[in-house]
Amino acid sequence: MKRFFAQCYIWLLLIVLYAPIVFIAVFSFTESKVLGNWTGFSTKLYANLFTGNMQGTGSLMHAIENTLLIALIAACVSTVLGTIAAIGIHNMRGKSKQAITFLNNIPMLNPDIITGVSLFLLFVFLHISQGYMTVVLAHITFCTPYVVLSVLPKLTQMNPNIYEAALDLGATPFQALRKVLIPLLKPGMISGFILAFTMSLDDFAVTFFTRGTIGLDTLSTYIYTDARKGGLTPELRPMITIMFVGILILLIIINLRKIRNAKNATE
Amino acid sequence: MKNSDKIIEFRNITKSFGDKCVLNDISFYVKKGEFLTLLGPSGCGKTTLLRLLAGFGNTDKGDILINGENITDVPPHERPVNTVFQRYALFPHLDVYENIAFGLKLQKVPTDEIDKKVRRVLKMVSMTDYEDRDVESLSGGQQQRVAIARAIVNQPKVLLLDEPLAALDLKMRKDMQIELKEMHKKLGITFIYVTHDQEEALTLSDTIVVMNEGKIQQIGTPTDIYNEPQNSFVADFIGESNILNGKMIKDELVEFVGHQFDCVDKGFGENVDVDVVVRPEDIYIMNRTEGAQLTAKVKSCTFKGVHYEMFVDTDKGYELMIQDYNAFEPDSEVGLIIRPADIQVMKKERVVNTFEGEIVDETHVKFLEETFECKPQDKFGAGDKVKVEVKFSKVELIDHPEEGMLSGEVHFLLYKGDHYHLTVETDDGDYIWVDTNDIWDKGDLVGINIAPKDIKITKCND
Repeated sequence: MKRFFAQCYIWLLLIVLYAPIVFIAVFSFTESKVLGNWTGFSTKLYANLFTGNMQGTGSLMHAIENTLLIALIAACVSTVLGTIAAIGIHNMRGKSKQAITFLNNIPMLNPDIITGVSLFLLFVFLHISQGYMTVVLAHITFCTPYVVLSVLPKLTQMNPNIYEAALDLGATPFQALRKVLIPLLKPGMISGFILAFTMSLDDFAVTFFTRGTIGLDTLSTYIYTDARKGGLTPELRPMITIMFVGILILLIIINLRKIRNAKNATE
Repeated sequence: MKNSDKIIEFRNITKSFGDKCVLNDISFYVKKGEFLTLLGPSGCGKTTLLRLLAGFGNTDKGDILINGENITDVPPHERPVNTVFQRYALFPHLDVYENIAFGLKLQKVPTDEIDKKVRRVLKMVSMTDYEDRDVESLSGGQQQRVAIARAIVNQPKVLLLDEPLAALDLKMRKDMQIELKEMHKKLGITFIYVTHDQEEALTLSDTIVVMNEGKIQQIGTPTDIYNEPQNSFVADFIGESNILNGKMIKDELVEFVGHQFDCVDKGFGENVDVDVVVRPEDIYIMNRTEGAQLTAKVKSCTFKGVHYEMFVDTDKGYELMIQDYNAFEPDSEVGLIIRPADIQVMKKERVVNTFEGEIVDETHVKFLEETFECKPQDKFGAGDKVKVEVKFSKVELIDHPEEGMLSGEVHFLLYKGDHYHLTVETDDGDYIWVDTNDIWDKGDLVGINIAPKDIKITKCND
């Protein structure tokens, strides 16, 4: 009996959590303009989305392009920065190491809105005109700590003599980094990259505050603006569904990697 | 000796980590082609010295020379040495072949030559057919072989080995010792080996450098080090030994455990306090007491495989350890004989605690960063620099560190037949030596007191 209630509780929780998304996903397979009105199964909205046969296609496609490009640049740059930072932190000792690790964790706990507003104020203060550039910089800023966090454990697991062994065998510090350190840190770097990419895709608040007034839109700001202009464009329903499935797949990949790494470690 | 025979020379190497001095003015050289072992307890500075030679870390002072060339500031990848690390440090993302070929590929050696060389060293470490294996799937011993192959394939002038066998089980370790020794012969290059295992050092080395507290205690061949230890640390660290206080009566006559013995040492002077070392296997033990130099009563007898280990109380109340092939029953009376050549006499490193001090007033003197009460004196005025002496037996140790004038930690202890000789490190990092009958353990925290009458103040030498 107890088991039954426990099961019910879990299912109730999952339903509450996923109902809105499932709702949108279900209604992405119907043609109705108004959300919640089932007018029979159809994949027309999907077709419209891909053929561009919908209102505001141009700006939507543009927003998608911006989102992906910004996420890609931000993820690449923060992977490089974060990996270098992690190596630096790993080689620190005692108090300064703790202090830096602590500082690294703050931006992740900081509400997005505060990160957004403070970056906005910083750019204004520095007289940097806001636009594409500032959005990318802002995304790199909040993505980097996640990369640091996924690379650091790889460094702690590593035999401390490995880097020295490479130098000892005649590798210059740069060769040792390229031929030994990077290949060993790669799993952590890839996890960090995926994490940074999804964080960037996902972001609304920071983008909203740092995009300036030049009319730059990412998907999240586009949907926000669109929804405020009297209802969601129907084609956004399949859009959201595809994004959700995409993110889901990425998350599953990250988790599978984690499980595999844990298995390798115990063997 | 010809200068060209020296392959490595350490000149006045000093190194500290923070406040702790790890290496204190180390100077010695290594002959070309020899198997040299740095031996000492953990924390004695041996690994630090090896790392400095490999180029990991800088010396605070001093120079390192390889083949007469000063390499102190040469980065590790340009030094003609290769290292076998304690925990192997193989590259887990590369297979056995690629691990071994790593150094050669960096030197841009042609592929067919790399292939030849890798196969040759694989054969040398008996790992043929393992080329394609993942290094993490290998056993500890196999990984160690790959690590050795990876180092020697580059044909270094010197091979550095940092406790390479420490992680292996006993049987494996013994086998690898023999293989290392053969490899050293075959390769003809210089090996520098770091270990804390005295048996391993005695088995493998041509020369042993015994280190403790960042200083060299003795350099010599294994037989020299075993038979003629230069101080009580070496005698205690290498093998089992009876270390006793003695007095050199005159040349070739020494007194210890309350008896006089003929010995072969001379040149100490007359009636000089010395340390005497007698190895437990060098004491002859027999059932009859006539013809014996001294008599004793067996206290305990333990079977140790090849021999029996016995503790006996001598007629004058000293405890000795004896190893013999025959067992002697506890409580039986036995006679003991020690031959002159088996008595090793060593100069005492110190006979009394000596500190630099400063007079505070008539009845107080400051030393070891603490003010002590002393007997009233009028020879010195406040602020005078003086020499303070305290006998080992007059230092009192107590259980509670906070109740002593000073507090410290028992750092090293030596049983001297009828009492313990302790080295106590004070919280400020100074050493006090103490003779006591109480039993303390290494690492015990103690309070230190000295009675005013036991503090002897004399003029400073300089």
